[in-house]
Amino acid sequence: MILRYLTILLILLPIKVFAVIEVDITRGNLNPLPIAVSPLSIDEESRKSFKKVLNKENIGSEISIVVENNLKQSGLFNPLNKDAFLQNPDIANLKPRFEDWNLIKAQVLITGKVSFVDENLRVEFRLWDVLAGKEMKALAFTTVPSNWRRVGHIITDKVYETLTGEKGYFDTRIIYVAEEGPKTKRIKKLAIMDQDGFNNKFLTLGNELVLTPRFNPTNQMVTYLSYFRNLPRVYLLDIETGLQEVVGDFPGMTFAPRFSPDGKKIIMSFAEGGNSDIYTMDLENRIVERITNHPSIDTSPSYSPDGKYICFNSDRSGYQQIYIMKSNGKNVKRISFGNGLYGTPVWSPRGDLIAFTKLHKGKFYIGVMRTDGTGERLLTENYYQEAPSWSPNGRVLIFYRETKTDSKGEGFSAKLWSIDLTGYNERLVETETDASDPSWSSLLSN
Amino acid sequence: MNLSKILKNGFMVLAACLVLTACAVQKKSTGQMQGDVYTGKDSVEYLASGVPDRVFFATNETVLTTASRDTLRKQAAWLRKNSKVNVVLEGHADERGTREYNLALGERRANSAKDYLMTYGISSSRISVLSYGKERPVDSGSNPLAWSKNRRSVTVKAN
Repeated sequence: MILRYLTILLILLPIKVFAVIEVDITRGNLNPLPIAVSPLSIDEESRKSFKKVLNKENIGSEISIVVENNLKQSGLFNPLNKDAFLQNPDIANLKPRFEDWNLIKAQVLITGKVSFVDENLRVEFRLWDVLAGKEMKALAFTTVPSNWRRVGHIITDKVYETLTGEKGYFDTRIIYVAEEGPKTKRIKKLAIMDQDGFNNKFLTLGNELVLTPRFNPTNQMVTYLSYFRNLPRVYLLDIETGLQEVVGDFPGMTFAPRFSPDGKKIIMSFAEGGNSDIYTMDLENRIVERITNHPSIDTSPSYSPDGKYICFNSDRSGYQQIYIMKSNGKNVKRISFGNGLYGTPVWSPRGDLIAFTKLHKGKFYIGVMRTDGTGERLLTENYYQEAPSWSPNGRVLIFYRETKTDSKGEGFSAKLWSIDLTGYNERLVETETDASDPSWSSLLSN
Repeated sequence: MNLSKILKNGFMVLAACLVLTACAVQKKSTGQMQGDVYTGKDSVEYLASGVPDRVFFATNETVLTTASRDTLRKQAAWLRKNSKVNVVLEGHADERGTREYNLALGERRANSAKDYLMTYGISSSRISVLSYGKERPVDSGSNPLAWSKNRRSVTVKAN
């Protein structure tokens, strides 16, 4: 009992004593921070200019809606209803009347201004601590008008960073597999969208089966599996130019690709004669290296962020389990020992955790464990779900979930979902079509 | 609760577990499944009269059942007679596994069929292998019978 009071005190103390707003992202956040996102103010001339270019009535409001949605989706913030705002956006940006914002229980206020300058979009925004009555952050930047949604994401990243002390994950994209058609004849295409589901774009036509796209953590290249000409092989795709190429010259199926953290290698499985082992290929000198050599299935490799270790999936114990080894394939060690089968290990960008899929008693779980296998925590349970991918700050996982069909074999769907590392804030990530195999990009801007 | 009570309850749970496991291990023949291997005819096609095109597997397994070996011997006999025909063995898994592991599993299943055909005199140059993992189920159901039909290796004429 005493201990419990102590922890509560410790959490409360910094806020009471120093009046600094801190959002704790290490716990499930049941009391999201009340935040007021004042629409970015805009002068009449700029408003008209942007309307002409972007066909949006008021781009200032539109950007603030992007910010508001991001904050809400994070589960850490509670954006307040704009109808209750007393102060006009332009005045608020100059000097907020903190009593007014305090009155509607806002603890933090975002204000800003957009203007049309030399055909460009100029944005300034300010983040205010309402209780302390002071500015916490101010920033201005200029970009092309078509980037207006990204402006909203960048503002959110700055707000998130200021209030949580960690980098955000909003100015990012998700690459995934878009799915259509009946379950027995699924048509699959590579697709990419902003983290919030906007700006969706299909990258392949659906003529061949494509699976498991993954981002290069250092740039906007992608590696994936394609059944082009019925030869399942790992490909490399430049999403800016659309150029693609086969990775390596293997006499059989290559699959389960991922980039090394420096983006210079691809690690993947190669199957031959009923046996799958793990290989790497250096993208500069094209040298192929065999990493595992074992008669069991070795697949789903993923590097640690420092590139020194690899976690992977193997059934060498008789069933699917998670193993780690040095990046040269030495010191193989099993780390999953709980009940059930374990698959799709993926190392957190922070280095401390491995996310996985677990099958136990007919249910599928997404979970995390420490890199030595201790501290297993299951975040979500469902009929079928797998393939977690980390947000670049290592706080959120995105994965896909499939539904059970009815007695006629109908009602199948596949959707993307996200969940916080805390196990709270599970959310459907809306997509135009059914979707699977998501992979989160790194931050586009830094 | 005293210690003896706790122990007694513990034993009852243990006994219940044992009964349950015994049921699970026992191979039940439901008419269409032996254990959890599909034995029915639904979805089966024929390379020629009396030569079924596919064999089925137990969950997470790649070993051939007696019935599968019988089917593959028929395929081998037919392939020996039709020496110009090449085949692709398409390996599949059910939907109850992670995508990447299933790709490997499908490849392993197709290869166990390939190995068996080779022991009956079919040259490896006539057989190629293609794993679809769980990407091409024949039955879209979410039940053990549907899954048993989907765990398969299908011999498809390549020319």
